[in-house]
Amino acid sequence: MRIKILIRLKSQILEPQGKVIEQALNNLGFNEFNNIRQGKLIELDLPDNLSKEEKGQKIDSACKKLLVNDIIEEYEVLG
Amino acid sequence: MSFKSAVITFPGSNCDRDALCYLQDLTKSVVYSIWHEEASLPQVDLVILPGGFSFGDYLRSGAMASKSKIINDVIKHANDGRYLFGICNGFQILTEIGLLEGALIQNKNLKFLGKNCFIKKKFKNNFNLSIKEDQALQIPVAHNEGNFYCDNETLKSLKNNEQIAFEYCKGEFSNSEENINGSIEAIAGITNKKKNILGMMPHPERAYSDFHQSQDGKLIIESLIS
Repeated sequence: MRIKILIRLKSQILEPQGKVIEQALNNLGFNEFNNIRQGKLIELDLPDNLSKEEKGQKIDSACKKLLVNDIIEEYEVLG
Repeated sequence: MSFKSAVITFPGSNCDRDALCYLQDLTKSVVYSIWHEEASLPQVDLVILPGGFSFGDYLRSGAMASKSKIINDVIKHANDGRYLFGICNGFQILTEIGLLEGALIQNKNLKFLGKNCFIKKKFKNNFNLSIKEDQALQIPVAHNEGNFYCDNETLKSLKNNEQIAFEYCKGEFSNSEENINGSIEAIAGITNKKKNILGMMPHPERAYSDFHQSQDGKLIIESLIS
């Protein structure tokens, strides 16, 4: 099963890249595009025979140990 | 007294050689060069995690290096109360290991900063004993993620426990800035509570020799061996 983990900086953390992207889009005429923030997406395969709980546990553990720095980031597993 | 030290090299470290020369010249003693895949450290007084882009800064700066094989022994070394010093990427690695609090995020102005800057000591510890109060040290920086961040509670505890070792300050150059990268309270370097671990973004190993613009970086090693 393909798993997608969305990682983003917590809302109170400055995300300068998003600001620059927003500026560039505004310059191109996309004036309605506001509050842009850039994150990252990690995709991976997990075996289908794992239960939902097992999958959740493994993903949370991997996020805690390596994929996410919870001082500055938060994550969400996409369906 | 012989003050022994070691420098760890990760794939992508690029200040390991500078750190080695820095230690050799100033300690006049044995300096080991250790590859990150080695399982154990020799008994030394000081370990330096050098600057660079370990593992290409993949995922987050310092994230992959913080899981290297040698790190278990680096933690043991620090838990024994001996000195551990992370410079630039080494500082990022120390926060990723969790030996130092906070995190280093992208510089506020999105620029890679490669230039001289000035820092002064904030709270006294063994790494800055030889530095006078309000003495502005000229030390180069070279980083993209040097913007120190922590939550308010952590900041309060860093202050209460006197863990802020260095902060950026104005110097003799007319264009020198008070806070070059947006760090909270202009923090340039912090220690752990026991004050045997220091992480800082500026590079003292690029400011010690006669051929460097400044020799202020000497003061850190001189503080430790004095």
